[in-house]
Amino acid sequence: MDPERKKVVEHVAVSTFPDEVLERVLVQLKSHKDRSSVSLVCHSWYDAERFSRTHVFIANCYSVTPEIVSRRFPNIRSVSLKGKPRFSDFNLVPPNWGANIRSWLVMFAAKYPFLEELRLKRMTVTDESLEFLALSFPNFKALSLLSCDGFSTDGLAAIATHCKNLAELDIQENDLNDKSGSWLSCFPENFSSLEVLNFANLSNDVNFEALERLVSRCKSLKVLKVNRNITLEQLPRLLIRAPLLTELGTGSFLQEHPACQYSELENAFNKCMNLNTLSGLSEVTALSLPALYPACANLTFMNLSCAALQSGELAKLLVHCPCLRRLWVLDTVEDKGLEAVGSNCPLLEELRVFPTDPFDEDTFHGVTESGFIAVSYGCRRLSYVLYFCRQMTNAAVATIVQNCPDFTHFRLCIMNPWQPDYQTNEPMDEAFCAVVKSCTKLQRLAVSGLLTDLTFEYIGKYAKNLETLSVAFAGSSDWGMQCVLGGCPKLRKLEIRDCPFGNAALLSGLDKYESMRSLWMSDCKVTMNGCRVLAKEMPRLNVEVIKVDGSNESQADKVYVYRSVAGPRTDAPPFVLTL
Amino acid sequence: MSVPLEHDYIGLSEASPSMEGSERSSGGLNLKATELRLGLPGSGSPERENGAVTEDRAGYPLGMLKSLLVVSGAKRGFSDAIDGGSGKWVFSGSGGSEAELGKGGNLFSPRGVNGSGKGGLGGGSDCANQNPGLGVPVLKDGVVPQSPKPLQEKKSQLSAPAAKAQVVGWPPIRSFRKNSMATHPPKNNDDSEGKFGSGCLYVKVSMDGAPYLRKVDLKNYGSYRELSSALEKMFSCFTIGQCGSHGVPSRDGLSESRLMDLLHGSEYVLTYEDKDGDWMLVGDVPWEMFTYSCKRMRIMKSSEAIGLAPRAMEKCKSRN
Repeated sequence: MDPERKKVVEHVAVSTFPDEVLERVLVQLKSHKDRSSVSLVCHSWYDAERFSRTHVFIANCYSVTPEIVSRRFPNIRSVSLKGKPRFSDFNLVPPNWGANIRSWLVMFAAKYPFLEELRLKRMTVTDESLEFLALSFPNFKALSLLSCDGFSTDGLAAIATHCKNLAELDIQENDLNDKSGSWLSCFPENFSSLEVLNFANLSNDVNFEALERLVSRCKSLKVLKVNRNITLEQLPRLLIRAPLLTELGTGSFLQEHPACQYSELENAFNKCMNLNTLSGLSEVTALSLPALYPACANLTFMNLSCAALQSGELAKLLVHCPCLRRLWVLDTVEDKGLEAVGSNCPLLEELRVFPTDPFDEDTFHGVTESGFIAVSYGCRRLSYVLYFCRQMTNAAVATIVQNCPDFTHFRLCIMNPWQPDYQTNEPMDEAFCAVVKSCTKLQRLAVSGLLTDLTFEYIGKYAKNLETLSVAFAGSSDWGMQCVLGGCPKLRKLEIRDCPFGNAALLSGLDKYESMRSLWMSDCKVTMNGCRVLAKEMPRLNVEVIKVDGSNESQADKVYVYRSVAGPRTDAPPFVLTL
Repeated sequence: MSVPLEHDYIGLSEASPSMEGSERSSGGLNLKATELRLGLPGSGSPERENGAVTEDRAGYPLGMLKSLLVVSGAKRGFSDAIDGGSGKWVFSGSGGSEAELGKGGNLFSPRGVNGSGKGGLGGGSDCANQNPGLGVPVLKDGVVPQSPKPLQEKKSQLSAPAAKAQVVGWPPIRSFRKNSMATHPPKNNDDSEGKFGSGCLYVKVSMDGAPYLRKVDLKNYGSYRELSSALEKMFSCFTIGQCGSHGVPSRDGLSESRLMDLLHGSEYVLTYEDKDGDWMLVGDVPWEMFTYSCKRMRIMKSSEAIGLAPRAMEKCKSRN
């Protein structure tokens, strides 16, 4: 054979090794981003990757069809699916919009009979679907429903009844029809495989004895988050039966009878040596809080967003939590409480401060810029913040990001729309300029306050790693949005509401949208014609307009644009127009 | 505007405050009808019609009006002003409503109970609703957006900055969080006296001789020391005569039993009513236990307090 050909043959021989080996290697790869990269290397790597993949994460259920997924990935055991646009959490998406799990479940039952895990976010799930799920997958182990709707506790009863190997049941923050707590009693008496149980957001009473027996039987229980109907007197009875708990969500922490039960509670918490996560604590008081202290030594995540603590109480509690990395609080702790956070939590990476009275504009409670500044001085490792407040200044934000340049997620919500810097009365542009300039690793940004196009010029210019941007009541003209679409090379999700951005802005992103997951624009200045132009120019995008009753014919009230290989939706309700 | 000249025995001037601009039009309200004119005939105010007891518009006798005034005044925030030297005291109108008085604007009469100008003095609830807060300037109307509002016509609810009606989905808080706050509000209402909740713990504080009570949030304090200094500030106008004998009360380094000293040394004793309905001496039990069991407080005159302390001791002993 001639020398050229020989070289080619040698090359191929050296660079090929058996697919089985490659698959074995690739099975270790968990990150879906890595897997995506691997699959692009060459055909054989693409095949090896798709056979070795056991978990698939679909960030937009309409970007792909169940058939395409099942064709590409034959060996899936675990699925994560996200449905509605994020603003549906705030009632901006009408009911019955879609994202129904049904068609996916039908495909799973046919192609993935050994499915073990299903994690859904913002999907519509009916009781029938839950029953179908419970009956179709004998190996089913983990169900997680976050911010979903369409089901009731009857569906949960079906899961409890039929899923013999269930290890995880995580029902969080859903819009469900909570008919009764009897679903919990549906777990069979010999059922013992549960490791994760979270029903913190359900409102009906469960049978406590049934719960107690369940916890007793499930010797591997690691995560238990109960609802607020479970009393402080009942809690120790659960704790002593769950010695391996690493995550605890308590029920009500209100002490009805002062002296007697306190010692039981203290004893129970003394034994909780392994807790790394604590939540719940609704109705907590200064009297009952100290019982917790012994269990806090190893806490890394404390969610106090249901506990209306005052500053003094928080300060005393934090002294006992030296390892805290994530903290969620209500703004009842006020600036003084946040000062305590700054003083006691040097390892803190994430802080979320939720408002107690978001709709009461006249209140003078809550947190201000001082609290945030205090945290930034004490917690230099802060990388994730969600902060609801009623006043802020540019100077404060500049100080904060100077102290904490490692922010990856910066979500600031000044609750009154269009509110300027309350000291200088200027727009908050300089604040976000400081954020994007100082925080080079910034991935997620939510802006608020009075903002002109200048903010978006800064964002487009400096936010090189930004992936998610949320904008409300901001900007002066199309130019703002154009700057963002023209900059921000890694932008994936852009969600905008009530801003003066129109067709020119929308159409300036033609080149960008295919590299993005989605764009949401509601109550802006985009018209139907603008959307039609976009749809025409970019056939691989789904351009959907949600029409609101009684609105102007030519206005595009809510626009949702996303890339898809599935083509236009086949299940769109009448108020969703696909252009 | 009438000029305050004389003060009646509880120190209320006759002047009416001007109305707060945004909420109501002052034209609709005749405060003169609710002015207090007890027992001061011929005081010379040019706007007085006559010195006799008059009735307000609704036809209620002023005697009833007076008692209701006192009650509703207590519900509002106010800043104390001292009518120097006379030993009497006055209280100012609630936050934000400053009367333009000839004399320099310190002294106001309370807004009429019948705030809306309509008939009926029942409840005083409309007064309570109109109070925006304890005299702290309300931010909402001071900040008018400069940039053009992007909203479309149909969102007319936002077109007036003063209105600031609720916008759909703003602030961006998930429903479950809103619901959990709604069903288990952390704040107490003023109605429940010292109800033991997780948010605030407001208890009434009365002082013998003062015509109106105060409310304090026990959750704001971590110790008796903090409470005592706060109470001292709150009631300083009443004890100003007594304070002098102990020197100027220092702002910092107030010792733990300073109020006890102050009060014990002077005419007053701080007591509280506990959950059993008994009047106890403040300071005996641990702070946490105190906040748990305290329903209301009373700064009582020492003369009345004789015999209280021994009983308090007995009670504590039997409790422990």
